[in-house]
Amino acid sequence: MDNVYSCFFSDMGFLNVAISLIIGISTLIMIRIFYVIYWSSKPRYSKPPGPLTTLIVLGSGGHTAEMLNLLAVMQMDRFKPRYYIAAATDDMSLQKARVLEDSLIKKAEVEVVGTSHFLQIYRSREVGQSYVTSVGTTLIALTHALWLMIKIRPQVILCNGPGTCIPLCVIAFFFKVLGIRWSSIFYVESIARVRRLSLSGLLLYKLRMVDQLFVQWPQLKSKYPRANYVGRLM
Amino acid sequence: MGGSDDSVKSKRIVFVTVGTTCFDSLVRAVDTQEVREALFKKGYTDLVIQMGRGSYIPTKSTGEDGSLSVDYFTFSSSIAEYLKSASLVISHAGSGSIFETLRLKKPVIVVVNEDLMDNHQSELAEELAERNHLFCARPQTLYQTISGMDLGSLVAYQPGDATPVANFINRFLGFNDE
Repeated sequence: MDNVYSCFFSDMGFLNVAISLIIGISTLIMIRIFYVIYWSSKPRYSKPPGPLTTLIVLGSGGHTAEMLNLLAVMQMDRFKPRYYIAAATDDMSLQKARVLEDSLIKKAEVEVVGTSHFLQIYRSREVGQSYVTSVGTTLIALTHALWLMIKIRPQVILCNGPGTCIPLCVIAFFFKVLGIRWSSIFYVESIARVRRLSLSGLLLYKLRMVDQLFVQWPQLKSKYPRANYVGRLM
Repeated sequence: MGGSDDSVKSKRIVFVTVGTTCFDSLVRAVDTQEVREALFKKGYTDLVIQMGRGSYIPTKSTGEDGSLSVDYFTFSSSIAEYLKSASLVISHAGSGSIFETLRLKKPVIVVVNEDLMDNHQSELAEELAERNHLFCARPQTLYQTISGMDLGSLVAYQPGDATPVANFINRFLGFNDE
């Protein structure tokens, strides 16, 4: 064996290479993450893009009502195909979304037939579920979310509150970092949140995983300067 | 519910709703002698309670003895009709219920459920009360709120508008509008 090579591949040398690789790759990833966070907050396209694949995350009760209120004033030919996702235990939300889509077909101004899809996702945790079993169900939910995100690869994500959106948004963020798909993530905080953000909103805001966060009350705008105050939606 | 137009006209119905929740403390408070009497003194004739998942059963009354007529049920496929025929609504603090009632321009007392773990609901009720769109109370203070309320002080809630958000999103994504 050549002396040069036996020195190079000695334990110390190999360790150095490994460490350098890890530091190098970590640095690249960190740079990429900062790049993603920086450009996420900037307007996405400089000229009008074609129709964008859109993921709409629905939550129980009031959340869905607010989301449908927003969708009713958005141009559907710009946001298609539309994928509606609701928690598996939430029966009402997808039903209401179907009603909205049916009313769009009736309006018949645009080609909307066949551009909407309705999916269910496993919940990370049910209300009142023990935290021990929650670990397992959260892992299942994450895997399911990953599967759905790989299939859908949305360019736009609309969500407004329930925990259902967190796994999807986190995965979307990593897709951005890895260059798999760049999603513009919009989060509309619920009208019921006047002085404090919800846990979902707070997480996405602090971790800078949301492109634009919208709040409906001025108190939240003062508390969270990067949020956009848009008045009441309801 | 129902009855001829004449009898509905002379009725002043108080509709209590807890949505899909369990809110026994509200139903209990409404079912007390003092609250019933306070409502009757204010000129209401009927009390209808939608008790949802609650376990406390209120006492029915026909009101023939010159007091408030009381009835209850658990759920309804559409409480919109009950809201429409009510002269006063007493509601739990769910945002959907609050805005459905405000949209119908009904005077409403929103009661916050203090037994709920994460009570962010009170923020919305308190803010709207501060803006004089409704009255806010807790089950224990319901009687005082009813006796002291002045419906004339209420200001109509102007419905919100989702267009600013839609416009923002469109601009952000590069869609041009005019």
